[in-house]
Parts: sequence; C-alpha cells; structure tokens
Amino acid sequence: MRHGQSFFGPLADPAADAGHRDHPPRVGFFTDTSVCIGCKACEVACKEWNDVPEDGLDLLGMSFDNTGMLGANSWRHVAFVEQERPLGRQDAGLAELPTGPSTTEAAASVVARALPGTPRDGGDLGTAPVHLGFPSFDLPGTDADARERTDFRWLMSSDVCKHCTHAGCLDVCPTGALFRTEFGTVVVQQDICNGCGYCVSGCPYGVIDRRHDDGRAWKCTLCYDRLRGDLEPACAKACPTQSIQFGPLDELRERAAGRLAQLHEAGVTEARLYGHDPDDGVGGDGAFFLLLDEPEVYGLPPDPVVPTRDLPAMWKSAGLAASAMLAAAAAVFLGGDRS
Amino acid sequence: MRSGKRRGRGRGAGKGDAMAAAGGTGDVGGNGEGGTVGGTGDVGGNGEVGRGGTVGATGSAGENGEVGGTGDGGGNREAGGGATARGGGATGIRAAGSGAGRGGDGSREQSMVPPAQFRSYYGRPVLKPPVWEWRIPAYFFTGGLSAGAALLAAGADLTGRRALCRGCRLGGFGALAVSSYLLIADLGRPERFHHMLRVAKPSSPMSVGTWILAAYGPGSGLAAGAELLPPALHATLPGRLARAAARPAGLSAALFAPGVASYTAVLLTQTAAPAWHEVRRELPFVFTGSAAASGGGLGMLVAPVAEAGPARRLGAAGAVAELLASRLIERRPGLVTTAYTTGRAGRLRRAAELLTLGGAAAALTVARRSRPAAAAAGLALLTGSVLQRFGVFAAGVASTEDPAYVVVPQRERLEAKKAEERA
Ligand code: SF4
Ligand code: SF4
Repeated sequence: MRHGQSFFGPLADPAADAGHRDHPPRVGFFTDTSVCIGCKACEVACKEWNDVPEDGLDLLGMSFDNTGMLGANSWRHVAFVEQERPLGRQDAGLAELPTGPSTTEAAASVVARALPGTPRDGGDLGTAPVHLGFPSFDLPGTDADARERTDFRWLMSSDVCKHCTHAGCLDVCPTGALFRTEFGTVVVQQDICNGCGYCVSGCPYGVIDRRHDDGRAWKCTLCYDRLRGDLEPACAKACPTQSIQFGPLDELRERAAGRLAQLHEAGVTEARLYGHDPDDGVGGDGAFFLLLDEPEVYGLPPDPVVPTRDLPAMWKSAGLAASAMLAAAAAVFLGGDRS
Repeated sequence: MRSGKRRGRGRGAGKGDAMAAAGGTGDVGGNGEGGTVGGTGDVGGNGEVGRGGTVGATGSAGENGEVGGTGDGGGNREAGGGATARGGGATGIRAAGSGAGRGGDGSREQSMVPPAQFRSYYGRPVLKPPVWEWRIPAYFFTGGLSAGAALLAAGADLTGRRALCRGCRLGGFGALAVSSYLLIADLGRPERFHHMLRVAKPSSPMSVGTWILAAYGPGSGLAAGAELLPPALHATLPGRLARAAARPAGLSAALFAPGVASYTAVLLTQTAAPAWHEVRRELPFVFTGSAAASGGGLGMLVAPVAEAGPARRLGAAGAVAELLASRLIERRPGLVTTAYTTGRAGRLRRAAELLTLGGAAAALTVARRSRPAAAAAGLALLTGSVLQRFGVFAAGVASTEDPAYVVVPQRERLEAKKAEERA
C-alpha cells in the first residue's frame, strides 16, 4: 500500500502518486468531435486489436449508432446525434427542399420508449445484445412525409474510457485488479479480477462493465500492450480524420486549447472542451473531448465527481453509526429490569 | 436479468395533484403529430396519481410539436416516479434525447420540484446500472443480522442469559455463513474470491469490509462452535478449551460487529449511483439501525420472554434509529429522494416502515408478556429489515437507470457554479 495517495483534486502526476518511479509521461486521447465523420474505424480497430467480442448485432434505431454505449464489449463507441439545426455554416444540402418537422424526434422517441423494457434499462448496451424492437415493419419515422425534412446537423463523437486522474473504478476495486500504469492510464488485470462488480458502480461515466459469459470486468486499456511497444493505440492509428489524437497529455491539452480558439474564431461558438480541466470532479480526464453541444446530449455526465471524494465523510458517518450501535447494545443490558 | 420488473408504476411524487385522469392511456398516440403522446398503460397502479401519463402527454407535446415523451417515462419505469416527478423531465427527454430540443414542460404540474428540462442521449442511462443482483441486498440483511446477534450474544453471556446467548450465537453465525455464500456466489468468478485477500485497500470499502469480516468471523464461529459442543466432550481438554474460549471469542465478535453492520452502507455510498452516494450521511444509520432491529428480532424469537428484555430494547432502539434516518433521507432536497419514495423502492420501504414500526411497538408492549407475541414482533422486525435493504438497493438501481437522476442535479450544479463565477 502506498501512502499519501490523493483521492481528489488536481494531481500533476498520477503515475508517481501510484508509486511508479522513472515513468514515461502521462498519455491520453484528445477526441475532437468536430471532425469526426462517424466511420467507426476506431470501434473496428479496437475490436480487432484487443480481441473484443461482439456486443450483439442489433439495429438500435439510434441514428447510425448500433453500439449504444460503452460496455464490456465496446471500448470505443461512436455516438450519433441528429439535431434540427445546422452545424456552423455548413450546408446540409437540403436548402431547396420543403421544410417541416424532421423524423429524428420520432426515431428518438421510439428508442426512448423501448429502452426501459430492456435488461438494466439499456445498461447492457455495449456489452450484450439489447433488442429495442428493430428492425420492424414500422421503421421509425416512416409515418412522416419523406419530403418534410428540415435542415439538420449530425453530431458524432467517439466515446472511450476517460482514464480519470482519480478513477472511481480503480479506487473501489477490492482485488487490486484495476491498477494505474506507468503511463498514467487505468487498466484491469484480467488474471486478478474476480468479477465483484464494484467498479461498474464506481465509475461516474458508466464505462466499465462485466461480461456476461466471462464474469470479469472489461474496458479500454488505452492499448497498454501497444504503448509498451512504442505504438499508438489502435483507434487513434485507425482514425482517418485525426478526430482521435493520441499523445502526452500536456501536449494534447495545448493542442485542444488551440483548436477551441480556432473554432470559436470561425463562428462555432458552441464548441467546448470536456474533461480537460484538472480542477473538475475527477481531477481531469486522461481522455478528453471537444464537443459541439452539452455533454449530456452525447450521453456523458455534465459534471461527474469521483465517489472517493467523500471517503472521509462517509467513514466518519459510518463510524458514528457504529459507535451508536455499540453504545445502544451496551445500554440495553445496563439498567432496566433483569428481564 | 431482472426482466419483467420494469412494469413499475408511475407514482407521482407531487402529491395531491388533481391530474390523475391524465394517467395511462394505452399506448403512444400518434407519432409525429406533435402532441398526443399518451402515457402508457401502467400508470397509476397503486391508485396513485398517474403522473407518468400526464407527463407523457404534456412533456411530449413539446414546444416544437415533436413527438415527445414517451409515455413511459412515468408509467413504465420503475424510477417512474423520478422520471415523472421531474416531469417532462425524464419522459419528454427520453424522447427528445437526441438533443434536438428541450423536453416538454412537465414541471408545470410539479410545483415543488425544480424545473427539470434536461437532455439525454436517446433516454439511455448515463451510468451502468449495478451488476449486483438480489444476493447483495440479501447479504446486507444477513450481515447486519449477524452483527446485531453477536452484540446481543456477548451481552447475554456477560449477564448470564443462557438461552439468549446460545440462540444469538448460533443465529449470528448462521447468518454469517449465509452471508459468505451470498457474497461469493455474486462474484463473476466465485472461484477467485480469495483474490480479495491479496490487498488491503483503504480506498475500497469492499476491501475494508473483507478484512472486517475476516476479523469478525473467527470470533463468531468459535462462540457458536462452543454452543454446539456435544456434552460428552465438555470434560475433555479440547472441550474445556473451546468452552473457555467462547466468551473472549464472543466479545471479539461483538467488538467488530458494529463495523460489519456499518461498512455495507459505505460500500453503497461510495458508488456513482446518485441515490446511494447522495445519502452518505444518513445511510449508515439506516443500516446499523436495521441491523440492531433484526438482531433484536432474532433475540425475541429464540429466547424466552424472561431473558429477552435486552433483545426487545435493542430491537426497538434500532427500529427507531432506522426509521428516523430513513425519514431524513426522504426529507432531503433534490431529485434523489424520489428514487426512495417511488416505484419498487418506495413500495418496499413503505412496507418495511410499517413492519418495523409495528414490530418495535409490539416489542415494547405485548412482547413483554407473551412468547407468541414476542415471536410475531421479532418476525416483523426481521422482515422489515429485509425489505428496508431491498428498498434501499432498488432506489440506487433506479437512480442509475434513469438519466434524469444523473443529468439534472449535475446540470444544476454546473449552472450554479457558472452563476457564481459570473457574480
Ligand atoms: S472511472 Fe470510468 S472513465 Fe474513469 S478510468 Fe475508470 S472506467 Fe474509465
Ligand atoms: S470486477 Fe474486477 S476489476 Fe472490477 S472492482 Fe471487482 S475485482 Fe476489481
């Protein structure tokens, strides 16, 4: 056990905090969603390299997203968000067409209605097949007139484990299976994990999950094996638009700030960074993002906090409750009648 | 898999609202026609206001005339209440999920609740709902029971209440044995349970708990073993040793027992599940109270009335602590309360409250005179404790399944922070 490990707040060097001496710089991903084209090369490359099993061949009705969520069997997940507003000054090519309500809302409502009927309310997405009723003869939106299309924009974003500075999953793991690597990333040792499932509930981003047929917890390793061989992670390597950028975290943060300024200058005022700030609830993410709308629109929590932040307060309360119990037990034997 | 349980009721949180009628109308109405999305069937089970339906209807009609809310937000979901309460919130939003618009304005029927317009990704959960199943809340009960019984056994031993001591030692160890089974069987890889013992990790309540149990177990086992010793062996050397060790063993178990009863609360509160994490101050008192109540209940079952005084008093004291802490949870401001007061969690906890209250009242009155009454009171306390654990567990699960519980409070926090920065 290491000492003085910090549980919350900015932390310059998580690898050193975890006891690594002489370690390489902390690395991570900067995912610039403004250039993502939704090709899913990252999802495929990840599955190929890491031998990640299939997560169910379903049509989910979530636009082009048929993965649904990160999970034990999906370590990259490309989200597709359709919105009735143009992206920056883009021309969606629909200018001459009649306008009206788009079908995107109809599709979304069908999905939203189906999710609560599935195991874990859709929490199995990314891990196991989740049937939302597609394909059916009533495709979402077929009852809307095909000509009634509005101008719209498509937001795409490749999500991944955030490799948090203060990782909820790692903090709660009782076996030590989850550990902080010398690169500052967070990885499960599969020969140690006993599938207790605590990490699944410890992660404030809903990333890690347990595989049904295997019983152990799985998530992105940031290609630990490739890093050790001086290669970049498979997803970043495969990304054709450099939406996924890999490198030392300091450098990525600089690059992201530059890109943000550039976009703001170009009039894309809705561009914002997510997970870049060492002062946030998890001490900053190792994998952070440039988004074009609020995080929750992409399925990300707007202001995640590592549960460990409140560790002292929680044990204090438990200590009080335990003392009260002991005192009560003693009291019931003292005094009173002898019955 | 917990299939089928999704048919929750959409219990509105805002009581006394007169919009019951808006409740479940069959299925979703005309898609795309900008409006009439009905609630779904189930709404209003329980004779409660079918808030879900209402929301479905209003929420969805949505300003943009998009098809909004899926009726089910309220009606179908277990978090239903939550979903619904926050009104258009969950429901409208599940539909507006892809971010095209704000959810409908369900807040209009919800005076006491902050406006909950939030967006989500197709209404999909943000967090992973726990992979733990019934065994974990069942363990919370058996672990707590074992701890409560160990405390009573030690006191009974010191004050010469033989029957109470024997019953609580045996019952406490039995509960511990069941606990171990439940804990190991819930692992994805049960054969690797001993991997818990390769580290001692203060940041992981499960690791801390493992070591607390490891410290607690031998005392509990030894004390129970001495009770089971056949009389023929009493005079032999091992027999004498075991009998001599029983008291220190029982005392050591009693020393660790409060830890066993309380660490499980931290186990839940140190998760990202909003309904667990947010009640971190109160939950340990619910759990130790529940443990004491169940221990007292066991004592009343196993010991004659003349010896069971401490059991009755501990049971009643635990019940009161549990009920008070539980009320504090329900009084909390914010969305998270809804997870406790609605849906499956709400039903379980209401039943738990009734049983616990009844058991405690009986313990202090009729149980002092009649053995059957004492047994009934004991059973009520035990059952109340079981239901309380399952209720708390269900609340946490519901709060991960509905994105409203995650997004709404976090968004409010962010906005507050921003407002502060501006000021
Ligand atoms: S807490 Fe979640 S996002 Fe952070 S490192 Fe762990 S699995 Fe990844
Ligand atoms: S499931 Fe495995 S990795 Fe996750 S907390 Fe348990 S032992 Fe650690």
